[in-house]
Amino acid sequence: MDLSIIIENLPIYLTGLKNTIILVSISLALGLLLAVPLAILRNYGSPLVQLPIRAFVYFFRGTPLLVQMFLVYYGFGQFDLLKESLLWSFFREAYLCALFAFTLNTAAYTTEILRGAIKATPHGEIEAAMAAGMSRYLMVRRIILPSAFRRALPAYSNEIIFMLHGSSLASVITIVDITGAARIINARFYSPYEAFLTAAVFYMAITFFIVFLVKKLEVRWFAHLQPQSSKAAIEAPP
Amino acid sequence: MKKLILAALLIIFALAATSAVAKDWAKVRIGVEGAYPPFSYVTPGGELAGFDIDIAKALGEAMGAEVTLVAQDWDGIIPALLAKKYDAIIASMSITEERKKKVAFTNKYYQTPAKFIAKKGSMAEFSREAIKGKNIGVQRATIHDRYLTDNYGKDVEIKRYGTQDEAYLDLTAGRVDMLLADSVALSDGFLKKPEGADYQFVGPDLTDPKWFGDGAGIAIRKEDKELVEKFNMAIDKIRGDGTYKAIQDKYFDFNVFGE
Repeated sequence: MDLSIIIENLPIYLTGLKNTIILVSISLALGLLLAVPLAILRNYGSPLVQLPIRAFVYFFRGTPLLVQMFLVYYGFGQFDLLKESLLWSFFREAYLCALFAFTLNTAAYTTEILRGAIKATPHGEIEAAMAAGMSRYLMVRRIILPSAFRRALPAYSNEIIFMLHGSSLASVITIVDITGAARIINARFYSPYEAFLTAAVFYMAITFFIVFLVKKLEVRWFAHLQPQSSKAAIEAPP
Repeated sequence: MKKLILAALLIIFALAATSAVAKDWAKVRIGVEGAYPPFSYVTPGGELAGFDIDIAKALGEAMGAEVTLVAQDWDGIIPALLAKKYDAIIASMSITEERKKKVAFTNKYYQTPAKFIAKKGSMAEFSREAIKGKNIGVQRATIHDRYLTDNYGKDVEIKRYGTQDEAYLDLTAGRVDMLLADSVALSDGFLKKPEGADYQFVGPDLTDPKWFGDGAGIAIRKEDKELVEKFNMAIDKIRGDGTYKAIQDKYFDFNVFGE
């Protein structure tokens, strides 16, 4: 174990940390934005609308993220028509290619998580909304989605963590993320143990932070399910 | 219980003994890369081929050893040697001071200079100013990576690839402006092929031994000194009996051994 290698090269890891965090958070945010309407349409849309969504989800869940990234990064580069178009200024950048693949990948998984959560809405809640005279739109916005988000949270926190770990694949298309940094250090000093152990510590720290945030959100969203503290009961006026 | 421990110990000793005896080098496992044409590549039929591969087989024959080739990605190629996944690396590895800290090397088995390539007409004259801000691709963990990082790291954007083949793809895709690699690999692996027709060498031959070492040698674990000797003798033998020249002529029309 020679930790001086790591300490001297910490700036490379910090660049990697920055890139990982930006890649993961942007793709998760965009993926979620895409997934919400897709999940709603997947439940309530006409079969004609549902079919392409099903195909999209099936493709992205049915193929490895690495293959998807290679398709976007190396595969798209094969078409001269695309290379000469304006779109190429987007797909030229390794960073944006990774972002594109990650976003669609997480969108597919999140769509499926939300679809299940929406489908599992208790019938009583929908009946009550209908009885209150809510329009379809209002019902989705006020009743179905908030209820579905709560149910989806534990599964979605898994997806966040999977995405973080999946992002390590970005290192194979020249991006210096945390894994990319570790590969540079490993290549330069031939010390895989120190290099990848440091990467593991960084990933663990981020995961810890994600788990902490989800826990906070859970406490907030499931406040109505928390046992009432006895203190509150005593202080409440009789 | 005691019998069981005794039996276990006996098995361990027996295993240890066989592995000690096996060091007569009748069998040698050689790590190769397989993605560095024309030195090492995989044929459409899935077979390993190339200059390094033929040299490895010829050296095995000259040593009277049975050779098993193990394909390994470049950036893990030294760690895997140290982890005893194979006994020697024949993968166009340059003999450098940095690597000598971890492994032992035989004498060189070839030596060629490094060079940049760029799109034809993209660069009138090579200079530090001219390449400032360009995206330059190299294979990760190579002498070229090291040279570029040390000399131009602040001025250019370095893109590091796992294999040379991936770097070629990105050059034709326009993601990098230039590549730095071994001149022979670039010429035979890319420039002479249809997809490389629009590209050419730029700048001088790079040979500074500080970065480019003393040619390509065979890397071996430091403790296996006798294997280094065996390989050195085998290199001399194939150089002497014309085997080397026959292999060289199969791939190149010039002398790759260098001075």
